[in-house]
Amino acid sequence: MKRGLRDGIPIFLGYLSVSFSFGIAAVSKALPVWSVILTSLTNLTSAGQLAGVSLIAVFAGIGELALTQLIINIRYALMSLSLSQHVDASMTTGHRLLCAFFMTDEIFALCRAQEKPVSNRYMYGVGLISAFGWGLGTTLGALAGGILPETVRIALNPALYAMFIAIVLPQAKKERAVFWVAGLSAGLHCVVRLAPGIRALSPGFALILCAVAAACVGAWLFPKKEV
Amino acid sequence: MSVPYLLSRIAVMALVTYLIRMLPFVLVRRKIENQFVRSFLYYIPYTVLAAMVLPDMLFATSCIWSAVVGLAVAAVLALLGKKLITVALCACASVYIAELILGLFS
Repeated sequence: MKRGLRDGIPIFLGYLSVSFSFGIAAVSKALPVWSVILTSLTNLTSAGQLAGVSLIAVFAGIGELALTQLIINIRYALMSLSLSQHVDASMTTGHRLLCAFFMTDEIFALCRAQEKPVSNRYMYGVGLISAFGWGLGTTLGALAGGILPETVRIALNPALYAMFIAIVLPQAKKERAVFWVAGLSAGLHCVVRLAPGIRALSPGFALILCAVAAACVGAWLFPKKEV
Repeated sequence: MSVPYLLSRIAVMALVTYLIRMLPFVLVRRKIENQFVRSFLYYIPYTVLAAMVLPDMLFATSCIWSAVVGLAVAAVLALLGKKLITVALCACASVYIAELILGLFS
């Protein structure tokens, strides 16, 4: 648990800044502060929440709201499936029901990148500190737009990305296949997001498309004997 | 926006998101034997993370050059095998300094 809490500190910092922006954005759409905080505490997802409050603000249908969440967040199903192969015996059904709530991009990646299968205590540690950062940042952002000076807020933005780099690059150095597969994914994503014409694709969908395609190429070209 | 309206919408969002996360995690208990699927699941976190970094990190700061500085600092420290928190904080500090310096010229 302690190790999970410590490893989760970069996620905490990153979430603080991202959810701070979310808080500001959501309140600016005329949602009451309590509903913005409640959204963060019950959803724990960035892109989904942002799309969600935008739809709530324009009184969109409940079906459209559910479908949007499904499309944006379907990547979590893939992550849950992947992490289900990398947990130890302490992860019983009850713990899985609770831990599943914490399945975000960042928490999943941190857990999956652990050398040994993760225990429920480790995932609770990472999950709790991350969720705390997410809730705290949202609250601060929703309550007062200008608590942090703009320069500090911007400087916190790269925290999450830097952490991703710190997870991917050491493995890419050790294993040539990871280098090519991760590079392919990032390259594809740059093309899909920046090339004129296909830019209209929703960001969440573009991401999952590129990641799945690159992982398929990897599994085909560099099958792993022991995983 | 009434309270019941907000509560019902937030509940729907939370439920859909939770089910997506929970179902595969709880239902898939046995080891998957298929080598392609196992390899795919092994590569997925790296491809997701790599695609999250690029191109988005380049636009996360106030100008692309401070983002490039942060990216470079993070990459070098990561390759040196530094801890996650070290890499994250140094990248943030370097972006902060880069923005200050760039600010002098604008």
